[in-house]
Amino acid sequence: MRITVTVDGTTYTDDVEPRTLLVHYLREQVGKVGTVVGCDTSNCGACTVHLDGHSVKSCSVLAVQADGCEVTTIEGLARDGQLHPVQQAFHDNHALQCGFCTPGMIMQSIDLLADNPSPDEQAVREGLEGNLCRCTGYQNIVRAVRDAADHMRPGAGPEAERVAGDAGSRAASSVGGGGE
Amino acid sequence: MIPAPFDYVAPSTVDDAVRALAEAGEDAKIIAGGQSLLPVLRMRLAAPTSLIDLNRIPELRGVRDDGDALVIGSMTTHYDVQRDPLIAEHAALLAKATDTVADPQVRHRGTFGGSIAHADPAGDLLAPALALDTEMVVAGPDGRRTVPAADFFEDFFTTALRPDEILVEVRVPKHTGWHAHYEKFNRVAQAWSMVAVAATVRTDGGTIAEARVGLTNMSSVPVRARAVEEALVGRPATAESIRAAAEHAAEGTNPTVDGNADVEYRQHLARVLTGRAIQAAMAG
Repeated sequence: MRITVTVDGTTYTDDVEPRTLLVHYLREQVGKVGTVVGCDTSNCGACTVHLDGHSVKSCSVLAVQADGCEVTTIEGLARDGQLHPVQQAFHDNHALQCGFCTPGMIMQSIDLLADNPSPDEQAVREGLEGNLCRCTGYQNIVRAVRDAADHMRPGAGPEAERVAGDAGSRAASSVGGGGE
Repeated sequence: MIPAPFDYVAPSTVDDAVRALAEAGEDAKIIAGGQSLLPVLRMRLAAPTSLIDLNRIPELRGVRDDGDALVIGSMTTHYDVQRDPLIAEHAALLAKATDTVADPQVRHRGTFGGSIAHADPAGDLLAPALALDTEMVVAGPDGRRTVPAADFFEDFFTTALRPDEILVEVRVPKHTGWHAHYEKFNRVAQAWSMVAVAATVRTDGGTIAEARVGLTNMSSVPVRARAVEEALVGRPATAESIRAAAEHAAEGTNPTVDGNADVEYRQHLARVLTGRAIQAAMAG
């Protein structure tokens, strides 16, 4: 099947098998290898990306389901060599050990901060409930998210992620409850 | 891992979906949010020949006010259920239970109707659907019919849905002003409920006027704790009467045994969690 997807601001048209998972499409056809496969059981959240502005586990979405949608991966966050504030906060707070969970942690943290710009520790832990760190480096991850919140007020969201003039056919605000 | 090959259609109306399901034959599968189905396909525990995707059918999304009931489209996501003002006002129990489903990413994709139709006995929305006396509206080749929740859940992962039918709406009688709480017990974050209790009560002065209690994972289907409800009605809403009523929670239940818990432990949990659920509902 032919799909057209906007990934990190660039529109791609590709043929995919219906059974192709979004994460495999992103990695193998679009080349977005920053998004990783962690578990194959939908538990770990390492493959988290934003689909029309909301976080999803890209191992649990078919590529054909993203047809006409806008996807943001970890590779689409930095601007002109500047890290996204959440990336910077993970760096500043040493919020990683092996780093494998980091792309998903950062994408989910951005989603969390869009819903709740000033989360307390409990809210961060619950917001990252779907992301596992096998190094168990959670303390610094929680610190980083709260640090990022301090640097990002009044909030983050797809507006901050979108590359000007190259938006997908569906605006993020047309989907979901408007949390972002 | 990668699912086995399948044909895929994404119709834009319910009528087209019903037609596509009939044409695709008995090995076809409907995909709603896909948060249970896609992991199953990836692990190759199932290999349907066709997937009928309901995600591009706008009429299946959203919540509307229909007089003495709310009507929830089957493809309304958990995320939207959590934030819907009508549900918050008239069916708070559903919102509270939905808050505990899986994790934020799954709640963005997963749907209310998908959870109901999947009918996992550990799923968190079945007991609230039963406790609130909801009705399932299903569409098939011969039109639509309505099935009460009490008749809908038949066994593990088995419902009254026929192979050629699609769950399109859930009608939820309004429980405006009722106290509500969903008390869930599990081992780790994002795990399924070992046992959970859905409780909602209406008070009149200091007295419990009506009570509805549903149990998650205490049988192959959700269970209504009728004995608890009867013990609560007409009683003062005190800790003592709640504790006494909760002692009836395990009556008539037939929970499964697995690596997490045996029958005795699950029945103990049902009693304890029922007390906590009603207490928390009253406090909320």
